[in-house]
Amino acid sequence: MSNQGKVDCGRRRLVVATAAVGGVGAVAALVPFVSSLLPSERAKAAGAPVEVDISKLESGQMITVEWRGKPVWIINRTQEMLDTLPKLADQMADPNSEVKSQQPDYAANPTRSIKENLLVVVGICTHLGCSPTSKFKAGAEEGMTADWLGGFLCPCHGSTFDFAGRVFKAKPAPTNLEVPPHAYLSDTRILVGEDKKGA
Amino acid sequence: MTMAGGNFEKYKSDGSLAGNVLEWVDARFPATSMWKGHLSEYYAPKNFNFWYFFGSLALLVLVIQIVTGIFLVMHYKPDASLNAAGVPVAFASVEYIMRDVPGGWLIRYMHSTGASAFFIVVYLHMFRGLIYGSYRKPRELTWLFGVGIFLVLMGEAFFGYLLPWGQMSYWGAQVIVNLFGAIPVVGNDLSILIRGDFVVGDATLNRFFSFHVIAFPLVLIGLVAAHILALHETGSNNPDGIDIKEKKDEKGIPLDGIPFHPYYTVKDIVGVVVFLMAFSAIMFFAPEGGGLFLETPNFYPADPLKTPPHIAPVWYFTPYYSILRAIVWNFFGLDAKFWGVVAMGASVVIFAFLPWLDRSPVRSIRYRGPITKVMITLFVICFLILGYLGTQAPSAMGELVSQICTVFYFGFFLAMPWWSRMDKYKPVPERVTTK
Repeated sequence: MSNQGKVDCGRRRLVVATAAVGGVGAVAALVPFVSSLLPSERAKAAGAPVEVDISKLESGQMITVEWRGKPVWIINRTQEMLDTLPKLADQMADPNSEVKSQQPDYAANPTRSIKENLLVVVGICTHLGCSPTSKFKAGAEEGMTADWLGGFLCPCHGSTFDFAGRVFKAKPAPTNLEVPPHAYLSDTRILVGEDKKGA
Repeated sequence: MTMAGGNFEKYKSDGSLAGNVLEWVDARFPATSMWKGHLSEYYAPKNFNFWYFFGSLALLVLVIQIVTGIFLVMHYKPDASLNAAGVPVAFASVEYIMRDVPGGWLIRYMHSTGASAFFIVVYLHMFRGLIYGSYRKPRELTWLFGVGIFLVLMGEAFFGYLLPWGQMSYWGAQVIVNLFGAIPVVGNDLSILIRGDFVVGDATLNRFFSFHVIAFPLVLIGLVAAHILALHETGSNNPDGIDIKEKKDEKGIPLDGIPFHPYYTVKDIVGVVVFLMAFSAIMFFAPEGGGLFLETPNFYPADPLKTPPHIAPVWYFTPYYSILRAIVWNFFGLDAKFWGVVAMGASVVIFAFLPWLDRSPVRSIRYRGPITKVMITLFVICFLILGYLGTQAPSAMGELVSQICTVFYFGFFLAMPWWSRMDKYKPVPERVTTK
């Protein structure tokens, strides 16, 4: 006990170095645990495009198909529905589809679609991911306000969308509904999830 | 030498077999010392009232949840794939527990009723702390461990709610996980990391199951132990908010203290009996709690393509959910959605700062003036209104009311350093009072 009370600086340095190396090892050991939480290879591989037959989709009707676990709506809009779009432009947060992430370039037009009447859109609210409910009837009939022209209402936090999936101003949802990449294989068949470039 | 952590003499055998066994154990494990330190010679103030039942009741509910949980896991399957009948396996396994497992329905109702009971008991326990200043020095750490317990409990409840894989399970999780997406830059990747997939799915269900049955309960039990150890280190507060340790007899025992066992163990048993009567009444006659404890849409299997017309969290989350919805303005170029998440998180975490926000010279509401009483009353009313609005569909009127309540909610805490000092105070008695 001759060196009682004195700090052996060499040993102290060794202790610090050992602790540091051990610490690095412990942090490195976290890597497999954190990476195991990421989507698995199987989850990443899922999400193949979906082919939809729209030959029976009448004017004014809507069908829902599943793509990557999400609802995709295909709506065959009537002329009446399409006529509401220009009237609502000044009430929309992004009337001209300027937010690039929300649609492919070929859908960045007034109807947000390839064919004027057919809207293909992911039915997931851009706020917190609920699926909005269709409120197609104008006026207060379906519990909306009297000046409602028809569209969609998100039941979770009250965001409203028009017949082009455009979000109204001052609502919780920040952006328009997403138009997924899609392409027409024929007049009656749509491929959802892949456009011409990939096909 | 009389409080927990003190040294107690080891047991000396009286020569009997039981005595010999205890002496043998005591030489190797602090059995007598722990028994005395935490129960038979832990001196608690003699003036505990009704509000002091809820700590031990919370412990009871924890035991109920763990025991029923162990048995539910024996039959439950965390699997989102569809079975031959086209029903998700997880949902079907809960139906199986309800219909085919002998006694399964009862165990499941114990567990689901226990979840709501846990929050009722914990909210009342927290309210007790608020009115009697139990968080004040030197019990800040007890309070902080308590806030930790509350946070873990919220996580535990949230993860557990996904497991039945009903419509409300699915869409509730969808909304809450997407909340993290509101965080700038990392948000989107973070919500993918939480879900383990691009949508709520099988990966999400399995990890939530793991968190619910292993990770969070372990942390919870650790925090409960720390909460009780910290409490027994400082000794309990009481409705008068005065320190019983300041007046001791010649043996060093607080004059106003009585041994926790048998006095409070017996008192708490009365509380347990009354609690179990109410618990059983709900469990047997109204296990769905009128749609508050088990929500109606959760009797439909999860459907990723269709959100139920009205989704709302379970009742114990609704005050915070209202605060989330109340924030509709963008600040500093960041979305209202992000600020809603921040406000919701802050509304829970802000409880942790109470010990330092309260500047009143006395602890208990009994000796505090009208300002404190009005503020606490308004706070409770606001909390209840926010809770009610959170169960309702969004409306313009509801939004305005929830905004007013949200402002008051935060004002209560943030202005506390001022209003708690401005108040009038009555002189505090030397010894505890019993009415």
